[in-house]
Amino acid sequence: MRKLLVAALATLAPVWAQTIVIRNATIMTVTHGTVKGSIVVKDGKIAEVGDKVMEPGGATIIDAGGQYVIPGIIDCHSHIAGDGGINEGSVSVSSMVDIRDIVNPEDFSIYRALAGGVTTANILHGSANSIGGQTVVLKMRWGKDATGMIFEGAKPGIKFALGENVKRSGNPQGGRGATTPAVQARYPATRMGVEDVIREAFTEAKAYKAEWDDYNAKVARGEHLIPPRKDLKLEPLKEVLEGTRYVHCHSYRSDEILMLIRVADEFGFKIRTFQHVLEGYKVGKEIAAHGAGGSTFSDWWDYKVEAADAIPYNAALMTKEGVVVSVNSDDAELMRHLNTEAAKSMRYGGASETEALAMVTLNPAKQLGIDNRVGSIDVGKDADLVIYDKYPLSDYAKVQKVLIDGTVYFDRDKEVSGLAAKAAEKQKLVDKLKQQQTQGGRGGRGGRGQ
Amino acid sequence: MKKLVTALLLLAGYACAETPSVIAIRNAKIVTVSGPVIAKGTVVIRNGLIESVGENVAVPAEAMVVDGEGMTVYPGLIDALSTIGIPGAAPAAATATAGRGGGRNQTQAAPTGTPAVASAPQARSNGPEDRPQTTSWLLAADEIQPTDRRIETIRGAGVTTAVTFPTRGIFGGQGAVIDLITADKSGQMVVESPVGQYIALARGGFGGGGFGGGFPSSLMGMIAYVHQVYLDAEHYKLVKEAYAKNPRGMERPQYDRALEGVLDSKRILLPANRLVEIDRMIRFIAELKQPAILYGMREAYRPEAGDLLKKAGLPVLVSLHWPTPPTGPDVHLEDESMRQLQTYDLAPTAPALLQKAGVKFALYSDGVETPRDLQRAVKRAMDAGLTRDQALRALTLSAAEIYGVADRLGSIEKGKIGNLVVTRGEIFDANTKIEMIVVDGKKYTPAPDTTGGRGAATDTPGGNQ
Repeated sequence: MRKLLVAALATLAPVWAQTIVIRNATIMTVTHGTVKGSIVVKDGKIAEVGDKVMEPGGATIIDAGGQYVIPGIIDCHSHIAGDGGINEGSVSVSSMVDIRDIVNPEDFSIYRALAGGVTTANILHGSANSIGGQTVVLKMRWGKDATGMIFEGAKPGIKFALGENVKRSGNPQGGRGATTPAVQARYPATRMGVEDVIREAFTEAKAYKAEWDDYNAKVARGEHLIPPRKDLKLEPLKEVLEGTRYVHCHSYRSDEILMLIRVADEFGFKIRTFQHVLEGYKVGKEIAAHGAGGSTFSDWWDYKVEAADAIPYNAALMTKEGVVVSVNSDDAELMRHLNTEAAKSMRYGGASETEALAMVTLNPAKQLGIDNRVGSIDVGKDADLVIYDKYPLSDYAKVQKVLIDGTVYFDRDKEVSGLAAKAAEKQKLVDKLKQQQTQGGRGGRGGRGQ
Repeated sequence: MKKLVTALLLLAGYACAETPSVIAIRNAKIVTVSGPVIAKGTVVIRNGLIESVGENVAVPAEAMVVDGEGMTVYPGLIDALSTIGIPGAAPAAATATAGRGGGRNQTQAAPTGTPAVASAPQARSNGPEDRPQTTSWLLAADEIQPTDRRIETIRGAGVTTAVTFPTRGIFGGQGAVIDLITADKSGQMVVESPVGQYIALARGGFGGGGFGGGFPSSLMGMIAYVHQVYLDAEHYKLVKEAYAKNPRGMERPQYDRALEGVLDSKRILLPANRLVEIDRMIRFIAELKQPAILYGMREAYRPEAGDLLKKAGLPVLVSLHWPTPPTGPDVHLEDESMRQLQTYDLAPTAPALLQKAGVKFALYSDGVETPRDLQRAVKRAMDAGLTRDQALRALTLSAAEIYGVADRLGSIEKGKIGNLVVTRGEIFDANTKIEMIVVDGKKYTPAPDTTGGRGAATDTPGGNQ
């Protein structure tokens, strides 16, 4: 049975997903207002939404009377689900590393995020380098393997970072006073240096791209040549130049945001999102003109000098300037209540209910280029849905059920009612191991102990 | 000092006393592994090779005859992944610490009091081009020290052959199959070299990695590095071949010893303990397009592991260093994760499950080297469902097959190397006494206090610590 289950899961949703009808719900669609009625889910997709729907025979009915349904929450900035560190901080350009290689589908943070209504997350490399590692978009399909977690078809990204983390302001430059070996002197040490590192990397990437373009052209003409050396550091930058990889840039100050826009314009690539972007409200027009999105914190500021000018009105103000704005977590705990993070923009800046909700659903979907699949409750989109017991933009709302691709991945009732059995199972195992230890005594070791 | 003298005396004794060119063990039960068990038969070994085996085999007149009445003869055990004979490779070697120190404070002088062996501080690595933590060119066969006391220790457990590797850094180097004889020259021990490249994906050792602050410092960095090295090796090979064909007018390719070492490697060994790692490494190997072996297998008890490995067609090496729950007043097992508790409970079931799934596997000591500990560790896998025959095969013929030396090692067959374990009682049982070990036709008797029996074990794992 278990094998069968694994096999079914491996072939992805269709075989597995049933037809589901969510009835009597208050449905916050994000794209077309709030509807009281039902959602029909077929083959993992939203088949119908409305006050009157055709309920297919044999459908599983979820009665959401008095409850709310929103699109699955999308976190545009997360660092969960990675093994062995998310910062390759040893070098200024670490574009050769890829979060995709270290996805850990068994990280419990995934399940916790899921229980907080998150269905999709952009997993980013850390912010220790001017140009960081490659990023990956995951669906929180708890129980699947690493490949099964990956949001199929989502364009890959790369992390850039500016400012204090990159130039290591908080850390002594190695040598005297160095407390940990990880902070040895490393270029750059200034914001000028950060710009230089990015320019140099893209100058190199352009030459690399030219070399490959030349080679490919010659091969197309029928020449037999040894291909150029494939460089894992420059490959993703070449993809950025070709527009097939998104740049997500950690940034704080307005001057460095403008700097990166200038550099990107000069080299002919686009910044997809500015992350954190705490001074984004100062340069909203310029960010919008470049076509970049802004993914910010709701009300977290002053934790370092470059975060001193942050204001909780940032999200609302950038939105007014025409920037597609999302609110992110950057944190496994905050990730569990992004609904209330979004709600803060209503209090600070007067965002509408839909605008606020979009900041954790449709807008991050747009920023990640997956809004054709997720981000709102529309016919044809993936059935990634969250059912709350109360009004979702409130501290009192609790997630009841989470569906991804039409499959229920989190069910609060089942989770709560199963806790006692799980605890008992664990206690049984603890007792067994303790008993073995007592019986075995000194001689009970199977081989050397750790 | 006294210990040293004793050791030297023992060594001298073994080396001189028992080297007849022909040994015949008769009237013994013979478990050939490759064929049926011979209830009562004879094995003749001449000049280090098995000359004949069977029920009706004539005993040559010149043979030293061993009466095997009541004894069982097995092929010599093979430790499929080991550091035996590699200098400084014993668990927690002091040199590793020195290396780390050197990496941390490069501007300072090397710590005093530590011999300056092979731990010259590396320059801080700034990327794959610097080939960090790489000694892929290192050959275990060149490094072996026949004086390593661990040779005698593990031989006492019936292990006649070890596949030994330089294991420091990411690309540790190339392994060798060695016979555990008491030799003057290491060259006498080598059966096959090289047999594969040892790759580790963990920080530590070698004055770099996470400690020195150089590249790579994360798991994804290590994976990217290994990947880049294989891309480079592929490219290097193309360029070199073109240059060899016609060097005129072609820029000379730069010699790269790291890539030379990689290209010389018949197969790679990659670590995989957790199920997530097994899945990750299977995908990584498909990308690298290299013949590979996975080692570790701590979570291979999980049902998905066997299916994944079977589908990938990869051989694996299972560590006999079973995870055991910590003990002590401050230990609260309740605080550990369910997965960790299950791992303590079920890790030894892995071999039986891999067997059932049809995965080719061998067992390796992973530092469990005293006869008593090794016997217990194997026994735990048997208590968890592995049959004795299956355990024996995993420690003999399967290991030989995985490394491509089954034409010489792993079973009692005419023409194969004369490696045997002779026991009273069935192998891997607590009360079984190992009477005699034959390696390359040389006869050894285990030291009385380190036999697999109930006698007081010395309990000095690693032997030479």
